[in-house]
Amino acid sequence: MNIKPKIGVVSCSGECCILGTLSRVATRFILEGVRADTVTLCLPLFLAGDSGEREFAQRFPTVSVDGCHKLCAKKAIEKFSGPTAASVDMEKLLMEWGEEPTGTRKTLSAKDVEFAKRIAQEVAKRVDEAREDQDG
Amino acid sequence: MTDSKVLVIPCSGIGKPFGTIGREATFTVVDELRPGKADTNCLSLLVMGDPDAKRQVQESLCVAVDGCPLECARKNIEIAGGRIDAHVRVMDLLRDNRGLKPRQVTFLDEDGEKLAAILAERIAEKVDDLYTGGSR
Repeated sequence: MNIKPKIGVVSCSGECCILGTLSRVATRFILEGVRADTVTLCLPLFLAGDSGEREFAQRFPTVSVDGCHKLCAKKAIEKFSGPTAASVDMEKLLMEWGEEPTGTRKTLSAKDVEFAKRIAQEVAKRVDEAREDQDG
Repeated sequence: MTDSKVLVIPCSGIGKPFGTIGREATFTVVDELRPGKADTNCLSLLVMGDPDAKRQVQESLCVAVDGCPLECARKNIEIAGGRIDAHVRVMDLLRDNRGLKPRQVTFLDEDGEKLAAILAERIAEKVDDLYTGGSR
């Protein structure tokens, strides 16, 4: 039997602003279909010291999805489990695209949902690259 | 009596609807129900040692909002040096509202929205109790 090694996608918690909600929704899109063979790590659980979450990030490649330049998800993984395979800084991405979210941290606008889908595609590229590295 | 806003920190768990319910309820309290009395901050930022976030959590009265029995919000506030002045749990809310069965994580379904609204009222009551009678 050929078991496909897993890849973890980790969103920041991002309660401060809408960028955190966007990173969370983009990560959920990945799990729900864009790359349904990935798993997510619960960052709050990881930060609270859960050994299962931390061990997963030590054994398998992870892609962090951060809402802002503070990169909490990336830094947390690297502090407690080792380097991430790739990371996405949404604030930087939106700046490159010349776009700004228009909804709120509680309720995304239709345009924001489209951003989240577009961000999920960027995350998917990183997941595919990590998978290629994993497969050798 | 405290002059500073009560800090409401949700776990923002990403794997089940309960984390989304806690997160959305928090935003409702902070942005709509008690904007002058309550505030929130990124859970990951404060655990990762951001000086401003740590100072805020250490100097504020804190309400932890946890989605599941692992209580990551409570644990992470304590890791960051904060004290739990009130604790609300989505699991308790589910026990009191057995007819409501939330299933969607990314965007809450009708039952999830109802639970988030009920939870927001409970959190707002805690904020009122702490803001008028709390001391630190």
